[in-house]
Amino acid sequence: MSERNGEVRIGVYICHCGVNIAATVDVRAVAEYAATLPGVVVARDYKYMCSDPGQEMIQQDIRDHQLNRVVVAACSPSLHERTFRNAVERAGLNPFFFQMVNIREHDSWVHSDREAATEKAKDLVRAAVMRVYFHKPLERRRVPVNPDVLVVGGGIAGIHAALTVANSGKRVYLVEREPTIGGHMAQFDKTFPTLDCAACILTPKMSAVKEHPNITLWTYSEVVSVDGSVGDYRVVVKRKPRYVREDLCVGCLQCIEACVFKEAKFDDEFNLGLSKRKPIYIPFPQATPKVVVIDPEACIQLRTGKCKKACLEACAERGAIDFEQKETYEEIHVGSIIIATGFQTFDPRRMPQYGYGKYPNVYTTLEVERLVNASGPTGGQVVTRDGRVPESVGIILCVGSRDERTNRWCSRVCCMTSLKLAHLIKEHTGAEVFIFYIDMRAAGKGYEEFYQRVLNEGVHFVRGRVAEITDWAMDPSEEGKLIARVEDTNTGFVRRIPLDMVVLAVGLEPQFDALNVQRLFGIGCSMDGFFLERHPKLAPSPTYTDGIFIAGVCQGPKDIPDSVMQAGYAAAEAIALADTGFFELEPNTAYIIAEECSGCKTCIPLCPYQAITFNEEKKKAFVNEVLCKGCGTCVAACPSGSIKQNLFEDEEIFSEIEGVLAYA
Amino acid sequence: MEDKPITDQLVTSADWEPLVVAFFCNWCTYTAADLAGVSRMGYDHNVRVIRVMCSGRVDPQFVLDAFAHGADGVLIGGCHPGDCHYVEGNYKTLRRYHLLKRVLRDLGIEEGRLRLEWIAASEGEKVAKTINEMVEQVRALGPLRLTRRFKEWDAELASHEAEAQSEEVATHA
Repeated sequence: MSERNGEVRIGVYICHCGVNIAATVDVRAVAEYAATLPGVVVARDYKYMCSDPGQEMIQQDIRDHQLNRVVVAACSPSLHERTFRNAVERAGLNPFFFQMVNIREHDSWVHSDREAATEKAKDLVRAAVMRVYFHKPLERRRVPVNPDVLVVGGGIAGIHAALTVANSGKRVYLVEREPTIGGHMAQFDKTFPTLDCAACILTPKMSAVKEHPNITLWTYSEVVSVDGSVGDYRVVVKRKPRYVREDLCVGCLQCIEACVFKEAKFDDEFNLGLSKRKPIYIPFPQATPKVVVIDPEACIQLRTGKCKKACLEACAERGAIDFEQKETYEEIHVGSIIIATGFQTFDPRRMPQYGYGKYPNVYTTLEVERLVNASGPTGGQVVTRDGRVPESVGIILCVGSRDERTNRWCSRVCCMTSLKLAHLIKEHTGAEVFIFYIDMRAAGKGYEEFYQRVLNEGVHFVRGRVAEITDWAMDPSEEGKLIARVEDTNTGFVRRIPLDMVVLAVGLEPQFDALNVQRLFGIGCSMDGFFLERHPKLAPSPTYTDGIFIAGVCQGPKDIPDSVMQAGYAAAEAIALADTGFFELEPNTAYIIAEECSGCKTCIPLCPYQAITFNEEKKKAFVNEVLCKGCGTCVAACPSGSIKQNLFEDEEIFSEIEGVLAYA
Repeated sequence: MEDKPITDQLVTSADWEPLVVAFFCNWCTYTAADLAGVSRMGYDHNVRVIRVMCSGRVDPQFVLDAFAHGADGVLIGGCHPGDCHYVEGNYKTLRRYHLLKRVLRDLGIEEGRLRLEWIAASEGEKVAKTINEMVEQVRALGPLRLTRRFKEWDAELASHEAEAQSEEVATHA
């Protein structure tokens, strides 16, 4: 073996990681054992291998002992493989003459038996020593990065990310599936804890998106396919027909006035069905772009082709209405992608005990946002569905949050949203407001202070999970009311509280089609269905797919300031990637030993990237290393063993297998 | 007779501990194992994880080689169908897995010694659970000890050959 590689001189380093490893693994014993392995010239243990002195120790040993292979047993390679490769490289060695052993995440942190954990560490170190023997010098591959960025989702996170990237001079494509950008924030009335109006702070940013010379805004559009990888993603966007030409419509809304439907009779999505709209409509007055849209399910012309088309006449001068419009597909090339697809609110019909959908005066927090909004369906009047001003209102927290039966997570915004709505309802109606809570969570700048303010305003806080909402009156004072049956856990009494209006603080959930989005972009999902970040603390926006970042609630429940911060972070990552201009890839591509290739073509259909081509003249297959992503599937399938994978050569893996089993 | 597993003939010794070799894909299952570590989800120590970029890289020879070198069980972990970082490497693993199971059966190695599991990056708990189940299952099956068996078989073969030779000598004589 040694003839092929010259004299192999291996240095082995066992990290204590403070006590993280050393408390469970006898690091000294592992180092002493490693020193006895063939080829090992020096073996040491050290408190923190990743620290400067730790790295310096390796470099010094490379110089003093003419090491040509290095093994570090420490944490997961996903954390520090790059650190040590760079350290090795700085000492003049090829960075791929290095192998990392995971004795923290895969050993000391999951085992408690010191003897067994130490034996396991020895096995893993032995496997790495045997493997590194076969390592070869490799070149890092660089791919160029297209500076253009795609942002998916036009809520506050997507808007902020798009503006930040665009302001750095990069081209941004912002794709939103609804007819307007703005997302959930556009539906909110005021924002906690400062009570500034959501529209007042959001709409200028929406206009800035529309006006920005570097932003291409595609609303009513969806990403349908994503190909390529970091630096060069090829994305196809479907632009749904709005039956109105965006380039011609000026948003005068005369077509809506003229529509043959004199009465608006279709549920208005923006107002959550609390008001009606016509088949031709604009989602809300500040919609961006300010372009009307025709609902093909409702429009007589689009359904039957037999309408007198009053809208067409109203727009005769500009001719923006086009019933013949078809969906179109745009292909774009971008270097990175920011996903900010947001959330949906919990459907409270899943908790029938609260009577949502059964009792008309049970609302969700989002519906009440629209009710208190001056441009909402009631012009800012908080009235029940039967037109009464409520005298008592109950807000139930944690509906679809912190509940084993529905969603286990805390949705983080409902406490503050409910405090805000309690304040606003009191301000609008003077009603008695009850908040039913499990715990009040008001962590955030100025949040606790706002909680105190609402407490002082005389809102009643009842600590207890409401058992049910019923209209079954037990005495005349309850007639015509909704009654909240709740155990007040502060006093220990079961109470019946009559209410005119019940508001359910519904939690935040992943979008209904989050799984499709996850698969489309090839990113991961957490257990709860929110998109998975690369690291929960240190990389909460990058994903495991290079060049794809996540921002906003699609990553996990958060409020507006946190969404904006994460969007800025995602934008900074995308800008940094674009400005660097290249991305370094693992050199783990496959290659074919032409003399050994039998020309059987087994490998060709296996490659999902069409990276393998067949030379009919020579009857040999070839791997295009630019297209190869390094999965190794073809390598495993090659019957003649003529396909190899850098970093995962057969002999490297076989020796690793042999290494972990040497004492079996 | 042909279905009788070879381990039936072995006696389980008291000091024997099962050893499982696991091939985990870099993107889903290896990451999930890291998560299990970060979340301190304890599991059986009788497992040794080997990282590959994709479960599609797991050459059936790796599995056979692990058994041949003394593994009592082999676990392969990949991304859930549809979630593969390399589009569809896990489907190819699945196809090979079913073929490999038949090969193992023909070799007299119990099916329970090989397991393929889809474990997503977020499923740290599933890593711990799967490893524990696998180790228990292999413990119940008893030692495979192919390395020792190979030596015994070689010795047996040699003695047969010697016998045949001496018989041949006898008939000729």
